[in-house]
Amino acid sequence: MTVKPMTVKEVTKKVISKDQLFILDVRNHDAFGDWKIEGENFEYLNIPYFDLLDGVEDIVDKLPLNKQVLVVCAKEGSSVMVAEMLSETGLSVHYLKGGMKAWSEYLEPVKIGDLKGGGSLYQFVRIGKGCLSYMIESQGEAIIVDAARMTEHYETFANENNILIKHVADTHLHADHISGGRKLAEKVGGTYYIPPKDAEEVVFDFAELQEGKEILVGGTKVIVQPLYTPGHTIGSTSLLIDDKYLLTGDILFVESIGRPDLAGKAEDWVADLRESLYDRYKKLDGGLMVLPAHFSKVSELGENGKVTASLKELYERNEGLNLESDKFRTLVTDNLPPQPNSYQEIRQTNMGKLKPDEEEQREMEIGPNRCAVHN
Amino acid sequence: MNADKFLDAKGLACPMPIVKTKKAMDQLEYGQILEIHATDKGAKNDLSAWAKSGGHELMEHTEENGVLKFFLKKG
Repeated sequence: MTVKPMTVKEVTKKVISKDQLFILDVRNHDAFGDWKIEGENFEYLNIPYFDLLDGVEDIVDKLPLNKQVLVVCAKEGSSVMVAEMLSETGLSVHYLKGGMKAWSEYLEPVKIGDLKGGGSLYQFVRIGKGCLSYMIESQGEAIIVDAARMTEHYETFANENNILIKHVADTHLHADHISGGRKLAEKVGGTYYIPPKDAEEVVFDFAELQEGKEILVGGTKVIVQPLYTPGHTIGSTSLLIDDKYLLTGDILFVESIGRPDLAGKAEDWVADLRESLYDRYKKLDGGLMVLPAHFSKVSELGENGKVTASLKELYERNEGLNLESDKFRTLVTDNLPPQPNSYQEIRQTNMGKLKPDEEEQREMEIGPNRCAVHN
Repeated sequence: MNADKFLDAKGLACPMPIVKTKKAMDQLEYGQILEIHATDKGAKNDLSAWAKSGGHELMEHTEENGVLKFFLKKG
């Protein structure tokens, strides 16, 4: 029977449309336990490829005949080997093209809506890692917010739609993924913005992303308004766009809130986080669409894969916005999930102090994002 | 450490380092030692997991200039 590749884009479509898929993950148990392809209707079997070198006869019975089977490994090689062995027994299976490496690096662009001043807002869903970045476009110009390391995704999208990237901003100094912000700004000749309080150790030039300093996109039509909301980091800054959208960075998520400990200062920043969530956001219009920099679970993916909810809705149902002061402190300082892989090295890289090559950057980013207080 | 057999798996991508390691181990006697050099970063975790499931002992592993060196004792 045949062995066919399945692309990360095809798997993404299955996640979004909640299709069924049987995943035979042949990475070692630790890697699988730490991070896998999540889908609401996906089933899993994890058997390391090195336990199948003598043959796959023992696992054939465990694979369904009525579902698509996708063999997954870290970089593709082992999944092809196992898929071929399965095919020799008469099964028809797919392997994941590019493996988990490709899964981690894929971004799906999803249109969120139009802007009153003309233009559109797009969410780029990094489905494998739960990172969300944004393009706000007006009159052929754009700002990219919280860019991933794989900047070619934004450049290709901009070229295809005749858009010029003029500004690139990070809402905070990221600890879970390597920012593509500075690289992208350099490539397109744009300005790179980062909150000054997060940039005290940054070793390159930047523009300040600061409350009161508005960014105009496409002439005077769309205003990006920074709002200082510390707590995940001391500089964390939200962006208010077109009086309709609120980019919350890693402060507020749809089903959770940001953790204050990734820069080693959980106790110091609890009060800041509380004030941002319970005071600063509360004064804003409840009709604003919250657009966070992460999601944790695929259940947060809505229509076409978009991750969003109104601020009012989050005040009603997000646990992190509905706690007494002492319970809030416990939630954000005790029993936090493990920290993201290599988070200290990632912070140093985003400051420009470490300069890992592409392969090292990839290794540093392996695994889920874990920027929320809930897993 | 003195090895009874040496396997150069440098430049090989997963799954080849383990496929070759398994073949080399099959030719060794109980208690003999195989030295493996590899450059695929994934080999580190996979080799120790494979050794454990196969009853072999990973006696030593080091990393020098991007080359991973393993000493496996056949069990």
